Amino acid sequence: MKKYEVDVAVIGGGSAGIAAAIVVKKAELDVLILERDKEIGGITLQCIHNGFGLHEFEEELTGPEYVQRFINQAKDLNIPYKLDTMVIEFTPDKTIYAVNNKEGLIEIKAKAIILAMGCREKTRGAINIPGFRPAGILTAGQAQRFVNIEGYLPGRTYVILGSGDIGMIMARRLTWEGCQVKAVVEIQPYVSGLIRNEVQCLEDYGIPLITSYTVTKIHGKERVQGVTVSKVDRNFDRVIGSEKFIECDTLLLSVGLIPENELTREAGAKISVMGGPVVDNNLETTIDGVFACGNVLQVHDLVDLVTAEAKRAGLNAIEYVKEKYGKEIGKKTQIKCTAGENVNYIKPDLINNADLERDIIFTFRVKRPDRRLLIQFKDDKNKIVYKRKKIYVIPSEMIELKLNLREQQIDPDCKSLEVEVIPRPEVLIEED
Amino acid sequence: MSTKTNESELPEGFKDIRCIICPTGCLVHVENINGELIIEGHSCKRGEEYAREEFVAPKRILTTTMRVEKGFLPLIPVRSDKPIPKDRLEETLKLIAKAQTTAPIKMGDTLLENVFGLDINIIASRDLIEM
Repeated sequence: MKKYEVDVAVIGGGSAGIAAAIVVKKAELDVLILERDKEIGGITLQCIHNGFGLHEFEEELTGPEYVQRFINQAKDLNIPYKLDTMVIEFTPDKTIYAVNNKEGLIEIKAKAIILAMGCREKTRGAINIPGFRPAGILTAGQAQRFVNIEGYLPGRTYVILGSGDIGMIMARRLTWEGCQVKAVVEIQPYVSGLIRNEVQCLEDYGIPLITSYTVTKIHGKERVQGVTVSKVDRNFDRVIGSEKFIECDTLLLSVGLIPENELTREAGAKISVMGGPVVDNNLETTIDGVFACGNVLQVHDLVDLVTAEAKRAGLNAIEYVKEKYGKEIGKKTQIKCTAGENVNYIKPDLINNADLERDIIFTFRVKRPDRRLLIQFKDDKNKIVYKRKKIYVIPSEMIELKLNLREQQIDPDCKSLEVEVIPRPEVLIEED
Repeated sequence: MSTKTNESELPEGFKDIRCIICPTGCLVHVENINGELIIEGHSCKRGEEYAREEFVAPKRILTTTMRVEKGFLPLIPVRSDKPIPKDRLEETLKLIAKAQTTAPIKMGDTLLENVFGLDINIIASRDLIEM
């Protein structure tokens, strides 16, 4: 078995992995990217629409243009990467086992590991739609790969379930390729992607968005012949008698993304509610020296935010290799972050008391849209550590806050911190 | 709040435009009343600008793919180097669908020049090596 030794191994060569590797290489540490596809670049390569790069480059780029800039940087820095290489296991002592068809099974011993495996789409199995299993049922990202990379059209007439951004972008893409999109069906009473996409991908082309509806049956035995959609009530139970048949030959599912953490879980790292690993304020998982960034940690709205997070993971991995690796680490005392009223989850899950002097970047999402709000951080004695006003929140927009808890005079003995998004009291409204 | 401007060749009638500048998504009413543009319903300057442009001359960056010969992949993602008038998108898409290019290609290479005399080029969105 061929063996390698590196300072930092990066699992996944997408937008997160490449950005993290660039930071590590610039610090003159040995880095190696392990990528299972036949080229580096990841899913951003198949997102051929524009709208990327406004944060990172202050210009509007397509997905491929965005990631090409990082690929070019990685190549200029001679960052090594292995393609067609599938990681099958990593251990808490940071040994990675991977396979490819040139070298067979390989072993990589690393001082630190950066997890950047991204996420994958929920499939039909995750949402239990009854019916046969005909051809013509795909996830929106699968269809995106067929249309934009491989050059195939998976069908002619479509219904898209789920109004996430990929689903809406595919609705426009397929319309541009001469296909007919009959409807985008959304179980929530509101669109789940960005308004920009609702306007430019659906309204521009007269594609109906049917909210508070879901697909309750798929028709056809060999090939999809249509779907039944039904109205749902507030509890998402279907309303009997509201069924409508829509003829189509293809059903695309855009019903959510799950961080891909099989490797992480098997290595013994703790996984949090949304499927990403539990991390501290340094993006370090519960395994020492193993960091996570990008969509494997939490699903982001924008690749720019993935890049920013990956750079942080890279810097923290450098610090770990230079200052902590091989040294005895005592038990860390940590503050636990929890999701309160109208908060779906919060990252980081843990804050090291030793890092209270540092600025901490919190990211979280709300459960439901709301207006005129207050974001509050409370300690375990219900003391408000921080608060700020917010005009509008929506689950599809991640909220990011940078806070220095020492400056906010947090009680150092505090064990937990809860974030909540609550309606603004009257007094505050008058201040506006 | 309403603002008035005089512009030549304004479209007739009115449009209710959902603003995409921020998540608030204001519904902005734009109306041409005897050659004067009335814009109402926006809550910021950028929203007003956006609604005016959407009414007067809506444009979009076009992103699609083009066939490639001898490429590592069969398609190359492409885009227009400037926004295209919305009513010219369809014919531009058809033109690109019929075109073909050859690898190797570098990001930014012009693949179709000055389409329909609009001073718009179709450029490659990534590098593509030969097979």
